[in-house]
Amino acid sequence: MTALNRAGWRPEMNAAGGADDNVTFTGNRALMLEEPLIFEIGSTETTGVDFDESSPAADLGSLMRSEPIGLPGLSESETVRHYTRLSRQNYAIDLGLFPLGSCTMKHNPRLNEKVARMPGFADVHPLQPQETVQGALAVINELAVWLIKLTGMYGVAMSPKAGAHGELCGILCIKAALEARGEDRRVLLVPESAHGTNPATAAFAGFTVEDIPATPEGRVDLEALKARLGPDVAGVMITNPNTCGLFERDMKAISDAVHAAGGYVYCDGANFNAIVGRVRPGDLGIDAMHINLHKTFSTPHGGGGPGSGPVVLSEALAPYGPLPFVARYADGGFKLIEEENAGEEHPATFGRMTAFHGQMGMFTRALTYILSHGADGLKQVAEDAVLNANYVLRSLEDVLDAPFAASGPCMHEALFSDKGLAEGFSTLDIAKGLIDEGYHPMTVYFPLVVHGAMLVEPTETESKAVLDQFIGALRSIALRGKNGDPALKSAPHFAPRARLDETLAARKPVLAWEG
Amino acid sequence: MRYLPLTPDDRTAMLAAVGASSIDDLFADVPAAARLDGPIKGLPVHASELAVERHMAALARQNRAAGEGPFFLGAGAYRHHVPASVDHLIQRGEFLTAYTPYQPEIAQGTLQMLFEFQSQVARLFGTDVANASMYDGSTACWEAIVMARRITKRAKALLSTGLHPHYRSVARTMAKYTGDVLVDGDPSFEAGTDWAGLADSLDKDTSCVVVQYPDILGRIDDMTKLAEACQAAGALLITVVTEPVALGLIKSPGEMGADIVVGEGQAIGVGLQFGGPYVGLFACKSKYVRQMPGRLCGETVDAKGKRGFVLTLSTREQHIRREKATSNICTNAGLCALAFSIHMTLLGEAGLRQLAAINHGRAQAAAAELAKVPGVSVMNDSFFNEFTLRLPADARATVHKLAEKGVLGGVSLGRLYPENDGLANGLVVAVTETVTEDDIAAFAAALKEVLA
Repeated sequence: MTALNRAGWRPEMNAAGGADDNVTFTGNRALMLEEPLIFEIGSTETTGVDFDESSPAADLGSLMRSEPIGLPGLSESETVRHYTRLSRQNYAIDLGLFPLGSCTMKHNPRLNEKVARMPGFADVHPLQPQETVQGALAVINELAVWLIKLTGMYGVAMSPKAGAHGELCGILCIKAALEARGEDRRVLLVPESAHGTNPATAAFAGFTVEDIPATPEGRVDLEALKARLGPDVAGVMITNPNTCGLFERDMKAISDAVHAAGGYVYCDGANFNAIVGRVRPGDLGIDAMHINLHKTFSTPHGGGGPGSGPVVLSEALAPYGPLPFVARYADGGFKLIEEENAGEEHPATFGRMTAFHGQMGMFTRALTYILSHGADGLKQVAEDAVLNANYVLRSLEDVLDAPFAASGPCMHEALFSDKGLAEGFSTLDIAKGLIDEGYHPMTVYFPLVVHGAMLVEPTETESKAVLDQFIGALRSIALRGKNGDPALKSAPHFAPRARLDETLAARKPVLAWEG
Repeated sequence: MRYLPLTPDDRTAMLAAVGASSIDDLFADVPAAARLDGPIKGLPVHASELAVERHMAALARQNRAAGEGPFFLGAGAYRHHVPASVDHLIQRGEFLTAYTPYQPEIAQGTLQMLFEFQSQVARLFGTDVANASMYDGSTACWEAIVMARRITKRAKALLSTGLHPHYRSVARTMAKYTGDVLVDGDPSFEAGTDWAGLADSLDKDTSCVVVQYPDILGRIDDMTKLAEACQAAGALLITVVTEPVALGLIKSPGEMGADIVVGEGQAIGVGLQFGGPYVGLFACKSKYVRQMPGRLCGETVDAKGKRGFVLTLSTREQHIRREKATSNICTNAGLCALAFSIHMTLLGEAGLRQLAAINHGRAQAAAAELAKVPGVSVMNDSFFNEFTLRLPADARATVHKLAEKGVLGGVSLGRLYPENDGLANGLVVAVTETVTEDDIAAFAAALKEVLA
């Protein structure tokens, strides 16, 4: 097998209903370029890498590969062109405002990238002798110190590899602490405004999940929560600021009630960017909280990851945190606490939750971002993020329903709903309309507590001019939605693709190239 | 404050527009007791770009980078040459600074890449389908065990003694909380794994057998018979690959009958990075796809009939099924998957085969040279680019002595199995195309000296 498909792919060949208006031979439109799959342009005999030597003869007997693998190769020039063309089919924060609420897309400074690529960080093996990685351990320690001080907590587990992985870490700490007390509490209370990962995490760790309702104001119903507490309740998982964009005013009262009933408080810290430098979660009685470094401290999310989810812990939970972690010697050097020395130094640990030390490449970026801002700048981050969100909320509440606008200022994100749109028009149409205006849409249909939710998070790295233009665009689309403009139903019109058939994709899944 | 574009005048105007007299008004819902006045004490204020770079560079210099001298570490993370164009392409802002492709019309770049990545991984592993990546190999391995329990409704997993001990640790940690029963153990200092014993341990409660290929000691074996035994017992065979370059030379796990194949993709395109971020690979037979964790990208058409790609089968996921989801995973390792996919595209089948052959050849040469050191023997019958040396002394101490001589000479079994004195003299050595003949000679000379 050499050519996988050298016939040449043209985008309209798959068209069910024939050619599009104004179709070109290539499918390209000036700078908007169509790109086939590597399987359609590559060949199994092409390689874009030159090696120092020809391959020696190998003999591994019956284990040798005999069948073709079917992997296409491209020359280096073709590879650069393929991926550059693909990149142009993406919206990104480098192109403009990316107002995904609860996901937090902010400017990614390139200094962070430069630092992460220093050979002393990028080209270091996780199992090198510790005396050869003191700088890497110092980075982990320095970031840990910042996270502890910013949150007012006692300790931090650095190894979780993403926010949801951090949730799991915090919940396992709670479970280990309960076990150490000899208690078998099986229920975790999760407010309905929580991220979907929260109940999934609790179930994954073997807990039974019970919902706690929200008040009409979009906050946790404190009385309902208190009424459910008891000897079977391990604790509560709460998000603060919550996914309605609101600060849980009763957080301290919630923590006190949960503690009095013998439980622990887990806080989803995905939205820490709203309060960093202004509020320390430790002062609110929280026992464990993960921090999405990619959100609050700006590490690039690369089309879905990597993330990084260190978990800050209270004094009650810190003894149970996972291996490995970094400790400091009296002489200023650093050591790694692993299975080898955990028995003496960290005997109550619940164990290891990933092969190595967590997302080191994200730690260098996050620390670089933190040092660039300093304690003064991080406080300004929270203030500007909150100011920008309130500016968006107040500038649009006359054209878009804002269900919690009356319950006070929002934090870092503004929540709207589809109420008031014309019959047959939905949140999805508003979102797709925004694409034609050159914006990535906001988060849609989340949180679930609001019908047709639209959650806008501008972040602190947007200027007033950018917000004013975005507000103008969203206002115009909202009015078209209220007036039932039929063109909005088929938006986007100017994107690389029109609306995609997601039902077909799920009903007849094609998950790999089958040519 | 170079990343914050609001001017003082902007702030004043915006506060007026929202009807607030000061920024404190916007934090009115925060109880007074929890509010902080002024920056947090004990932390420095903001620094210039130059100052931050200088500080971080000083920390970086305190590490010995792999490229600074002879380097032979593996055991789950491998150093390969990554072509310059890989890092250039992943730094394009449209890839680097994009989010999860929730709006497919303006995320076709990420989505098509993920579809290509899934296709590459499925072919490499010899399976039907692969997902759009996981955190890393160790967490993917645990997710595979949970998936086997969902499919078989059984809870006992047999872990081969050749499985990476950190992967085993992750599984042990999680199993304590989920009720899975793990049967595992340390490897013995033997040339081969006890495959027949593993097959004999299968019973009606067994959900899966987890084997690593090549294993933690570098050994490779044919698993076809084990796959047949699993099938007969109604259990699944899970194969873990931590060095995917090996599959350019040796048979794929799928070809030998594996039901689920998971792996660590770091070796291709991603780099060492002191342990992360890495990229977990996850593939399986198509009949199990709805039980698979993580994100999946599928092909479809748009309203005009043009081919396009979307995230699909999301009814398995946490944002829809909440506590009934197949896992709690929300993110993937998209950027690392991109690096893997670009590097794999540059290699292509011909390049991967050549790279694998060079790795194997170089490792054979190194093993022959190191075995000449008095008292040292190579334990393996078979290996790809990694093998285990048996030393006449404790390998942990030897590693530190070698480091003092500027040679990073491998991973001691003592570090991987601290409680097993019987393995203390074992040293796992990895040899890739980045290792030169001079490096091998320097390693052999240093080893001879420190063991003398």
